[in-house]
Amino acid sequence: MNPRSALAGAAVALALAIAASGCGSGGTPQDVVLVTHDSFVIPKAERKAFQDETGLKLRVLQSGDAGQALTTALLTAGNPQGDVFFGVDDNLLSRALAGNLFDPYRPAALAHVDPRYAGDPKHRVTPIDHSEVCVDYDRMWLAKHGIEPPRSLDDLADPRYRGLLVVENPATSTPGLAFLLATIARYGDPGWKSYWTKLRANRVLVVDGWEEAYDARFSGGSAHGKYPIVVSYSTDPAAAVYFAGKALDASPVAVLRDSCFRQTEYAGVLRGTHNANGARKLVDFLLSERFQAGMPLTMFVLPTREGVPLPAVFTRFDPTIAHPLELTPARIGANRDRWVSEWTDLVVR
Amino acid sequence: MGERVDGPRGALAPGRVWRLVSYGVPLAFLGLFFVYPLEEILRRGLGPGGGLGTDGSRSALDVLTDPVTRDVLWFTIWQATASTALTIAVALPAAYVLGRYDFPGRNVTRALVTVPFVLPTVVVALAFLAILPARIDRGWVAILIAHAFFNVAVVVRVVGTFWASLDPRVSDAAATLGAGPWQRLREVTFPLLAPALSAAAAIVFLFSFTSFGIVLVLGGPSYSTLETEIYNQAVRIFDLRAAAVLSLVQLACVAAAVWVTTRLETRLAVRGQIRPERDVVRKPRTPAEKALVVGSLGGLTLFLGLPLVVLVERSLAVGGGHSFDAYRALTRPTSALLATPWEAVVNSLVYASVATAIAVSVGGLAAFAVAGSDRRARGSRFLDGFLMLPLGASAVMLGFGFIIAFDRSPIDFRAAPWIVPVVQALVAIPFVVRIVAPTLRSIDLRQREAAATLGATPGQVRREIDLPVVGRAVAVAAGFAFAISLGEFGATVFLARPDRPTLPVAIYRFLGRPGELNAAEAYALAVVLMAVTALSIFVVERVRVRRAGWL
Repeated sequence: MNPRSALAGAAVALALAIAASGCGSGGTPQDVVLVTHDSFVIPKAERKAFQDETGLKLRVLQSGDAGQALTTALLTAGNPQGDVFFGVDDNLLSRALAGNLFDPYRPAALAHVDPRYAGDPKHRVTPIDHSEVCVDYDRMWLAKHGIEPPRSLDDLADPRYRGLLVVENPATSTPGLAFLLATIARYGDPGWKSYWTKLRANRVLVVDGWEEAYDARFSGGSAHGKYPIVVSYSTDPAAAVYFAGKALDASPVAVLRDSCFRQTEYAGVLRGTHNANGARKLVDFLLSERFQAGMPLTMFVLPTREGVPLPAVFTRFDPTIAHPLELTPARIGANRDRWVSEWTDLVVR
Repeated sequence: MGERVDGPRGALAPGRVWRLVSYGVPLAFLGLFFVYPLEEILRRGLGPGGGLGTDGSRSALDVLTDPVTRDVLWFTIWQATASTALTIAVALPAAYVLGRYDFPGRNVTRALVTVPFVLPTVVVALAFLAILPARIDRGWVAILIAHAFFNVAVVVRVVGTFWASLDPRVSDAAATLGAGPWQRLREVTFPLLAPALSAAAAIVFLFSFTSFGIVLVLGGPSYSTLETEIYNQAVRIFDLRAAAVLSLVQLACVAAAVWVTTRLETRLAVRGQIRPERDVVRKPRTPAEKALVVGSLGGLTLFLGLPLVVLVERSLAVGGGHSFDAYRALTRPTSALLATPWEAVVNSLVYASVATAIAVSVGGLAAFAVAGSDRRARGSRFLDGFLMLPLGASAVMLGFGFIIAFDRSPIDFRAAPWIVPVVQALVAIPFVVRIVAPTLRSIDLRQREAAATLGATPGQVRREIDLPVVGRAVAVAAGFAFAISLGEFGATVFLARPDRPTLPVAIYRFLGRPGELNAAEAYALAVVLMAVTALSIFVVERVRVRRAGWL
């Protein structure tokens, strides 16, 4: 080989190397970014599993609570911060769809998901988890005071439960909104108004958010407050045992099963992603058996995928509600703001 | 008694380069990291479609004429005014004692007073719920008390520090001339104190004006401030236009308040004799003086200590009894975070150190610019007021602004962890300016003139005369900046990466999860935050004392 062709060969090799590295960073990115809210959790082991399966590195971007995260996503619609958004629920779904956030994608694993969870017939979002917002009560407190546990939403308006119920403000809190929707699903519109008039007369306490309701006001919470009945989640009896800090035979918290309202949480491929392929793989992963089985203990939500085994503490204190109250996302979207503002005038002002 | 300030000051008349730097750096910093992102988000909100691409945005006029807006504005203004008055009333005795007397535990007290200031508002609000009698645990009374709890540190430290540098001989001379204690207070001490007092009042007012977590929890559902309403519109109702309009209203109010107080400060400023602290403070001698020290500090300790004791108790309450289980759990990986909770402590310290360095450099330059030129000069007054604005801007809107303004290279917040301390520094800079500038202004003109007459260059005057006196104020400011960065949550939550949470972010994550252990871990982290704050302020104070030794 003469020196000249060696030089040419080196130049070609260099050019190829540059081209290849160019492709490496532009054509098949190594990262896939999940944009989500504060409550999202993924253990290290599962992040690693995703990387092993797909060769993609999962990065998580959290921007505040569910509302903040969605506002952020809407602000960057079309030029997104990442590839997949997780954490829009039925209450917010109409906003997300109106904001044209997502590209349609229909994962194969959707075959294992009950169609009643599907939020959008066009598959712009995929249902990942659900949780039931329910009225919970402190069993010990009620027993100690000789009060029967409530059995229905009607009971809560009964003078026996006067001054015992704490709820979250539907204008500022997700479970608060779900409970308002539960009463609308149960009593109809405008029938819910007379129910809330009775609750108000029965001295219901309205607080800003779940943290205050459960941590500070609820007698079964960490501060042992003065209110033995609280709007929270169906997973709380299990969580109260799992995070008790000691072994418990029975859960101190019980669920009023008649009061539950279902919330489904969705993920979607963000429109404008530079890594559509990776984004789809991530949605597949969120719906995989492995990730779905981990969610109950990391996020206290239930899998949408069928046949996923629940952790032992969840089989002991079963959080599944067979027939929860529901409203369609479309109906919620069309009426939400009016309901909340009417509720505010009725209960708070 | 001092003389009225007027005219430019010969010795400090800045060289052109110095002037350019001391004005240019703060202006550029604020322009890039405050005005630009805020302008981006406001433009989006006020633009067509209300910025979020969803329907339902109201017109600007609808928002402004809405009776709800009027009510919210009125409540915001009066509660901020009342909170400021209450805070000053509660803090002034302690500021006096710390400014005049030397006693065992003085530095510890100064460090401890600052602890409430950095705590996450929701955590404190929950602690208050446990203490306040049920009759007043919700509503404006609770809000005012909590605001005083948080902001006492501002008055005690800003005013107390300044007080400790006022020559007591002026007041002694007045006494010799027959002035009674009240007359001395009214005619000597308050006029001398006025600049620091109005600086502290301005900060407390702005903090109360933009209060968020306290109003949400302790106000109950029927109270809202502009800040909570902005959040509500942007994040709950997705009406970004309404949020933008309200943000502008808030900025206008804040600008007006800042304008009034900077004017007030200019009017009130009286040049007194500034002396190193060690020449000013002395041990309490008479029984009356001792009683005063014990009484005013004891009262404050009770007021500040009770909620903190509740937090400590909560952190120990696990499994029906009390134990250190929650603290032990902090070292273990948790499903609440992508890092172990202890890593959040390290993150917070790193971020706060960087933020303090930024705040002290930028704010220090600004303080020289503000104090160095003729105080009636428009440029100086403008800079002074302008630097205060980030205190009064909505944290949530600024957070959104950062996300849309810095989303590509060269500044991509996703790839730039330093953006977190930058945001924290924005809030800390006004403190540095407010603490350093009044001291700088009060330096006796004659000292500078004498130095200049003896042939000192302007640079030498800064180094030999200004810096020693200012060194103490800078240290106090640095301590404050550090504390503020440790506690910042509103904007940090948008920008901190999930694998690098700060302490307040970690606390909120735990608080949002069910079960006793999670709650206890949240409170345990709050206690750690308290300890870290007290310790770092204490260390800063030690450094200061040692430095002051040879100055």
